Amino acid sequence: MNDIMVDKTTDLASAPQTSTLRQPSTLRQPRLPAWAPIGLVALSILLGCGIGVAAGLDSKIQWGLISAVLLVAITFALTAQVEGRRQAKDRLATSLVWICFLLAIVPLASLMYGTIDRGSKVLDGAFLSHSMNGVLTTQPGGGIYHAIIGTLEQVGIATLIAAPIGLLTAVYLVEYGRGKLAKAVTFFVDVMTGIPSIVAGLFILSLWIIILDFDYSGFAGAMALAILMMPVVVRSTEEMLKLVPNELREASLALGVPKWRTILKVVLPTAIGGITTGVMLAIARIAGETAPIVLLVFGEKVINNNPFEGAQSSLPFYIYEQWSLGNEASYDRAWAAALVLIAFVMILNLVARGIARWKAPKTGR
Amino acid sequence: MAKRIDVSGLTAYYGSHKAIEDISMTVEPRSATAFIGPSGCGKSTFLRTLNRMHEVTPGGRVEGKVMLDNENLYGSGVDPVSVRRTIGMVFQRPNPFPTMSIFDNVAAGLRLNGSYRKSELNDIVEKSLKGANLWNEVKDRLNKPGSGLSGGQQQRLCIARAIAVEPQVLLMDEPCSALDPISTLAIEDLIGELKERFTIVIVTHNMQQAARVSDHTAFFNLAAVGQPGRLIEIDETERIFSNPSVQATEDYISGRFG
Repeated sequence: MNDIMVDKTTDLASAPQTSTLRQPSTLRQPRLPAWAPIGLVALSILLGCGIGVAAGLDSKIQWGLISAVLLVAITFALTAQVEGRRQAKDRLATSLVWICFLLAIVPLASLMYGTIDRGSKVLDGAFLSHSMNGVLTTQPGGGIYHAIIGTLEQVGIATLIAAPIGLLTAVYLVEYGRGKLAKAVTFFVDVMTGIPSIVAGLFILSLWIIILDFDYSGFAGAMALAILMMPVVVRSTEEMLKLVPNELREASLALGVPKWRTILKVVLPTAIGGITTGVMLAIARIAGETAPIVLLVFGEKVINNNPFEGAQSSLPFYIYEQWSLGNEASYDRAWAAALVLIAFVMILNLVARGIARWKAPKTGR
Repeated sequence: MAKRIDVSGLTAYYGSHKAIEDISMTVEPRSATAFIGPSGCGKSTFLRTLNRMHEVTPGGRVEGKVMLDNENLYGSGVDPVSVRRTIGMVFQRPNPFPTMSIFDNVAAGLRLNGSYRKSELNDIVEKSLKGANLWNEVKDRLNKPGSGLSGGQQQRLCIARAIAVEPQVLLMDEPCSALDPISTLAIEDLIGELKERFTIVIVTHNMQQAARVSDHTAFFNLAAVGQPGRLIEIDETERIFSNPSVQATEDYISGRFG
């Protein structure tokens, strides 16, 4: 055995080319060049466009799909020929993953492009700082100040209601909950996650406005938003608290720290980054809700700073309102408001990431 | 400072599973007592019953008596929180609080239990870190996170955290099992110093370690898998390792076990 090994190595060292020809190495196999994937992508796009033009297909989407199918087929066939079946499967999976990634990106990118393109037309300082008071709906002008105020107040109140309740529910479920009550709470939180926003709106409508006879107000809308937000906060906080290692709780308890203080000073600070992210994402989710606002806040053209009395507007409601007016000037306003809403949600997400990074347990030396 | 522990007829359960049965022993003050025995024989469970950490586990419950000097830890009206303030614990894996600096980790037990002046805290932290032989290594970076230390340093940080609250008894659950020989040596030396002031109980799988650090050694065993663990014998360490009175102990120590 040893002899053969020695023989082989000397052979390889003295005449590598001839030996690989004579006796193919088991570790080296023919490979496609490094530029092959990019080349294949270019080739299949060219072919796809060529077929599209030749067949007279109008839709660019069809061109893209033909290119994608060609890319998968050509990559698989070529790799199977040159590199073997296992590598062919590997490249097949790689190209499928890339195509799926692109398919997921296309709607997002086109949405961003469309909103920025059309929304930036009327978006300026005046648009952000004026309401629709006294503006003819068919004329350009006006703004979204009243809608921004409405969204901030309604979302703010909803967060003030939902975040503490959600947080404490999650603490109960993870730290104290045993037995039937905890199971029931978990079940109802799951059910609440699936409540459609219009149902939450109808619930508050029947309870607050019809039975208790209060007026339409931003606060009524905020309550419906809080119902939608609560289960999201509970779920995300629960997951974050479960990630806190049990050793930390035991370490704190073994120091003679009471359980409530352990939760307050050790468990929550360890998870605070993730909890904040969860709350921010929940806020982002409710900031775009339209249905409860239509039912409960009623919409308003003038600035109403008081969320507890009278109708208010909000960004999603404003978009809906302007779009249904159906003229060029209102379309522009709707797009601009959509851009502001997206920016608002995006800023919230960035803030959440920032907080998560800032508050994450430190590992530096 | 240090107190004697008298255990009599102690049985501990996880739900309906009986983990240890009818254990009686005395742990002498100002000495180190080692628990040895095969995995799953209930050493750690027994250790955790000594400061009422066993009942933190869902379904954990205890029968019997644990007397700390003249007080039953499981008597009615005894607050487990004050028991744990008196009887500290160091765990198998180092577990410093990840959100806190080295200083805050050591001060955690004090801060979380009451208010102290800054100068008072400084003194206690320095004293505890010196007591845990860690002061020289960390004195210039007390504000850095505790999780940035090496495994051995983290474990000594945990010991410093435990002795900062001045417990009467210190329980250690395999404190060296995750550490290299040098860190192990550092902690063994530390145990030698700490037993001058505290009553120390240490669970270990390393029999040489038990022989090196402890004055008394208790051997635990279980009759068969699924059976509850029992105390086979407890005696002076020298006697256990040279001339044990039970055959099973000798078999275990000499490696002829099972």
